[in-house]
Amino acid sequence: MKLLSKIYNGIIFAFLYAPIVVLIVYSFNDSKHRVKWGGFTLDWYKELFHNELIMEALWLTLQIAVLAAVISTIIGTMAAVGIYSMNGRLRNLMMGVNNIPMVNPEIVTGISMMLMFVAIYRATGFLRPGFLTLLLAHITFCIPYVVLQVMPKLRQMNKHMYEAALDLGCRPVPAFFKVVLPEIMPGVITGALMAFTMSLDDFVISYFNSGASAQNLSVTIYSMTKKPITPEINALSTLMFGTVLLLLIIVNIRQVRDLNKQKERR
Amino acid sequence: MKSRTAATPFALWMGIFTVVPMAIVVWFAFTDETGAFTMANIAQIWQYAGTYVDSIWMGALATVICLVLAYPVALSISRKSENMQRTMVMIVMLPMWMNFLLRTYAWMSLLENNGLINQFLRWLGVIGADASLEMINTDGAIVLGMVYNFLPFMILPLYSVMAKLDNRVIEAAQDLGSNNWQVFRRVILPLSAPGIVSGVTMVFVPAVSTFVISKLLGGSKYMMIGDVIETMFVGDGCNYNVGAALSLVLMVLMLLCMSMMRKVDNGEDELGGMMA
Repeated sequence: MKLLSKIYNGIIFAFLYAPIVVLIVYSFNDSKHRVKWGGFTLDWYKELFHNELIMEALWLTLQIAVLAAVISTIIGTMAAVGIYSMNGRLRNLMMGVNNIPMVNPEIVTGISMMLMFVAIYRATGFLRPGFLTLLLAHITFCIPYVVLQVMPKLRQMNKHMYEAALDLGCRPVPAFFKVVLPEIMPGVITGALMAFTMSLDDFVISYFNSGASAQNLSVTIYSMTKKPITPEINALSTLMFGTVLLLLIIVNIRQVRDLNKQKERR
Repeated sequence: MKSRTAATPFALWMGIFTVVPMAIVVWFAFTDETGAFTMANIAQIWQYAGTYVDSIWMGALATVICLVLAYPVALSISRKSENMQRTMVMIVMLPMWMNFLLRTYAWMSLLENNGLINQFLRWLGVIGADASLEMINTDGAIVLGMVYNFLPFMILPLYSVMAKLDNRVIEAAQDLGSNNWQVFRRVILPLSAPGIVSGVTMVFVPAVSTFVISKLLGGSKYMMIGDVIETMFVGDGCNYNVGAALSLVLMVLMLLCMSMMRKVDNGEDELGGMMA
């Protein structure tokens, strides 16, 4: 039974990683053809850094991801704190609103914001589809992830600590930064990381809200898939994958270390 | 100062960027280009009834396959040691960090007529040297793409519910004489129901509304409802009003899913637990 489940998990993981392995292997392929192997080369990595289209899209994607992550983390964390102190109905309403972008089909979220931006642009000439609309859209779909990450941490926290700080004469805002924030920090960081990666990877919502002037990486890749893709993009995704893998391993090691420390303290 | 005021920016932001846009979609769906009220767009929905049925069918198929594939994986992860669980969850999540379009694109290299799978089958001698298994540009390829892309969305919520499942409950059932099947059927399955519901929602909604997977893996002959909506908003033949009406149907579908979710769980953090 144990062996069977190991084999089964192995097959599922192989399924999940098969296309990724293909992408990585073919980023070293010395042939423009998608599935023919022409020997090992690093040329695509060299050419990647000279491909202006990709480099510009990458730069824009990173800018949007950082800004969206920072802004959505601030709004989302504040929201979680506020919603947490609400009661019954209002709280349900807020969580319902928070769930909309998460349960809504992405295409609907995308076109609904696009319709609004287009309407505003037609009426006022302001908010032409571009960097700003892309950023606003990204912040919007990132916020719910932050809220949902911070919320459980608030619930786990000892409520009386904040009250004690107030009783000892601390004002509410400093008390938040000194007592509450450190407690919920793991949730805030996970939320920020999720927002960052969501923004980095988003295609559907960006597709409808970017306009010709500000295409992020996914939209650029999409326009490239209409023609045969050059392996530079494989090289780029291999590099990005490697970076994420490295980051995750570091985060994971840190978490395990923290856990061990906590165990020692007990 | 009450701390609930901290949620004000959130309420304003979500009001402006989610609630108002939703209202605008409804408004577009019931008006024509001049802004006058009309039911013509709604009436046009029936033209696409077949596409809706196809999309829902393929989405449902992909969801069922995901559930069947994911359940044993999630269960076995949840029964491992804490460190092992963390590592395995990471292995499941990692592919999601590779660009979704590129991963789907890679499936093209695997599935196409001269693709890697066909080359491998030829090498094995399963099929003749010039023959190829027709895989790309079929319904099956689209469903495969959906299953592939959304499988982690099924595994993670299932896992996060199962991880909370108390081992003592299972042991108690065993002590009381249940066999493995009974333990599964009467204890594990009911207790994992919230995970099933949120997993099904998280796979079904994006699967039904996808427009990229069908384009890349289904070729040009397959139109899913997402493709139709896309053509209504991008390109020359676009018609925002009909597009909005078609999206409205998807929104209703979403609302149904949401109310179903709320029934099973009190709708607060069923999605939140998945990445923690």
